[in-house]
Amino acid sequence: MPVLEDYKGQTPAWCPGCGNFSILKTFKEAFVELALEPHQFTIVSGIGQASKFPHYLKCNTFNGLHGRTLPVATGIRLANHEMLTIAVAGDGDCYGEGGNHLMHAMRRNINVKLFVHDNQIYGLTKGQASPTSMEGMVTKNQPFGVLSEQLNPMALAVAFDCSFAARGFAGDAEHLKGLIKEAMQHKGFSLVDILQPCVSFNKINTYEWYRQRVYHIEPEYNPEDRVEAFRRALEWGDRIPLGIIYRNHRPPFEERMPVIKETPLIRQPFDIARLEATLKEFY
Amino acid sequence: MDYSIKIGGEAGQGIQTIGDTLARVFSRAGCHVFTHQDYESRIRGGHNFFQIRFSDKPVLSSREKIDILVALDKESMTLHEKELSENGQIIYDSATIGILKQVQNDGAPRSELRTPNFLDIPFGKLAVEKGGSRITANTVATGAVLGMLGMDPDILLNIIKDTFRKKGEDVIKANTFAAMAGHDFAVKQCIKCSFSAAPQSSPKMLIAGIEAIGFGAVASGCKFYSAYPMTPSTGIMNYIAGKEKEYGIIVEQAEDEIAAINMALGASFAGVRAMTGTAGGGFALMVEGLSLAAMTETPVVIALGQRPAPATGLPTRTEQGDLNFALYAAHGEFPRVIFAPGTPEQAFYLTNKAFDIAEKYQIPAIVLFDTYLSDSEWTFDGFDLKKIKYIDYRLRGDAFKNLPAYKRHLFTDSGVSPLGVPGDSRHLVVTDSDEHDEEGHIVEDAGTRIKMVDKRLFKKLPLIRQEIEPPLFYGNPSPEIVIAGWGSTYGAMKEAVDILSGERKIAMLHFSEIYPFPSPTPLHRGEGARGREEFDYLKMLTKAKLTICVENNATGQFAKLMKTETGYEFKARINKYDGRPFTLDGLSGEINACIGRL
Repeated sequence: MPVLEDYKGQTPAWCPGCGNFSILKTFKEAFVELALEPHQFTIVSGIGQASKFPHYLKCNTFNGLHGRTLPVATGIRLANHEMLTIAVAGDGDCYGEGGNHLMHAMRRNINVKLFVHDNQIYGLTKGQASPTSMEGMVTKNQPFGVLSEQLNPMALAVAFDCSFAARGFAGDAEHLKGLIKEAMQHKGFSLVDILQPCVSFNKINTYEWYRQRVYHIEPEYNPEDRVEAFRRALEWGDRIPLGIIYRNHRPPFEERMPVIKETPLIRQPFDIARLEATLKEFY
Repeated sequence: MDYSIKIGGEAGQGIQTIGDTLARVFSRAGCHVFTHQDYESRIRGGHNFFQIRFSDKPVLSSREKIDILVALDKESMTLHEKELSENGQIIYDSATIGILKQVQNDGAPRSELRTPNFLDIPFGKLAVEKGGSRITANTVATGAVLGMLGMDPDILLNIIKDTFRKKGEDVIKANTFAAMAGHDFAVKQCIKCSFSAAPQSSPKMLIAGIEAIGFGAVASGCKFYSAYPMTPSTGIMNYIAGKEKEYGIIVEQAEDEIAAINMALGASFAGVRAMTGTAGGGFALMVEGLSLAAMTETPVVIALGQRPAPATGLPTRTEQGDLNFALYAAHGEFPRVIFAPGTPEQAFYLTNKAFDIAEKYQIPAIVLFDTYLSDSEWTFDGFDLKKIKYIDYRLRGDAFKNLPAYKRHLFTDSGVSPLGVPGDSRHLVVTDSDEHDEEGHIVEDAGTRIKMVDKRLFKKLPLIRQEIEPPLFYGNPSPEIVIAGWGSTYGAMKEAVDILSGERKIAMLHFSEIYPFPSPTPLHRGEGARGREEFDYLKMLTKAKLTICVENNATGQFAKLMKTETGYEFKARINKYDGRPFTLDGLSGEINACIGRL
């Protein structure tokens, strides 16, 4: 059985007080509780503060390019669907640069677990608006305030029939851990949007701001009612729901791909002897 | 025997079906066959053609003169009539293409169609009468061509059986009758036909360049292919998708080219051989992924099909305009290999070599082709499957499990670190697009940076260079004239040398392994190196009176690369950038013009 110490990675280079610390700690606890060992999963990340995440853990890691976590994770899953594959991204990374990939990952329903550290700002490039920044937020690059409408990841997920869509909060670790574990155990593409205060650049969406608004979705809520889920997904502002917003049981892409029905691709040997017969097809 | 047949018409009329079937008939008859296509970027209408040349001797390019023109529309006649050889024939169905059988009041045939070379065959009527439906009209036309050539219809009838096996006995019968009707009509009515095409030796294989790349990938143990459809690369995806089940391969149509290359990198990281394919415009999107492959040392093979650009350009035409792009694409400095096959056979073996080198050195390998090579079908006596190199360089299973320690980017003498399959061992496989240490974690210090660049670039590059074969030399051993080129110009250049060698001391230098640029002087070769005899091509070029670089582009990108790499400057250049390939006659004429200017 793994223990917390097994997951000790490099020393994080995040700002003191960053919401990422709590997310990192919560993940380690979830891994221990799920009895997952470091070599049993791969984390794919992109670029941004959130994407340094796998270096601060112990795990197989592909830290790729900005916005490109999901295609890499998809490739890994298709080559080896016995490998638990987790994608970690920021809001700029996943909802901005990689928006197209998110749409199609939800469509495909590839069994990748996506965790978006959503701080509603660009941290690494020092404070520009992100797709989830609220309208009116003034930054150096947006002197007239953000003019575009705020992207709503949960509504997007419901619209795309995303297999699992949930929202957590870095300031509510116990609840977040539950969501992480549920996402890991769900069969299908899972999006967990984690509200993560950026203490350096986002002076609007602070711990305090979130604390005043977030609430746990009531236990009797049925996340499998898509219309109801859409209604809940639209809720933002005075009250922000935390929990599983939407869930369905569409079979994941890997299960529908006949080539890997029996054996993962990496365990299927190349049968070079077949080539003679294939060559004959050209006659 | 050296005949050319052109089938012309609108998109959607079945030009390709007639062309493919005839090419298959000739290859099964043991003839040497070369085909090429010319089509517009549309699904219906426009003007397209399919040209087949076949002979008892090897044919590697298209001729300008046509012996039989199958005109499925009126425009094909007006456009191509002038290409007809002295005894050439045009066949058409006057009822279908709207030319009335003209007999004027005085009884003289109307002069609109010069009679001796025009043969009106009622494809549609025969199809309905004999094949039971108009749908068999193209089979009538195919049969008619064979009748004109004096060829036995047996091979065609067998192909019909193979093609329509799944559709049932009735369809086979209908098409058999239709083929016979066309054949018999032509035998009786084509009084002017003086062709005699005889079957040759045993059947030959017939393969298009694009199929050869797909087959090469399958033969290299490719397990994952992700791509976004784009002419002229889509045929690779089609071919491999047809082999998914049989070989255990996953083909995924990605949402865009950025996803395509990143998926391939993910699959490769996870432990399988992976490839993607695209055209210049799609490659533009893949460029950041190319750089990612380099930094993470993840093997990947990229098939890059050139077509006339910039931007969308001429989507279905051909050009060799992306050599510089392939050479210099992506941010940063890193090694890559670029192969540019000149024939489907070279495409097959070089795709295999691309997989081998990509994995052996953990670098991106590019197979650079173009629309012309993609669509051209060639005949061969077969591919030698024993030449296929398949070595699994990955560290997997027990070998990885039992390793005492592991670092993904370990410093080694060769610069190549063990490529572990994540999950096969308790050792973790970590890689990063940021500069990283041996373990794969982010670093920023100058010392590690220098060592990593040395590892990825300077240690690997000399080893990769040793794998590169010299250019192919053909023709007079001490030539006064040398024509040089790369990629798909091979066929036209080689045949031009044959034509001109009667009166000239002429030779060809064809480059198919372009980067790292082949060394002019013999290099030490590692174990297992195979291939051509070493020779100093620079010495040969320097001795020649006239050297001409032949390229299907406007600026002579290869000539410039030659100058950059070796200092040698060609004395003349032939550049063609009309979006069409070189024909044998066209190229020979241009070479003669260069000689004339001497």
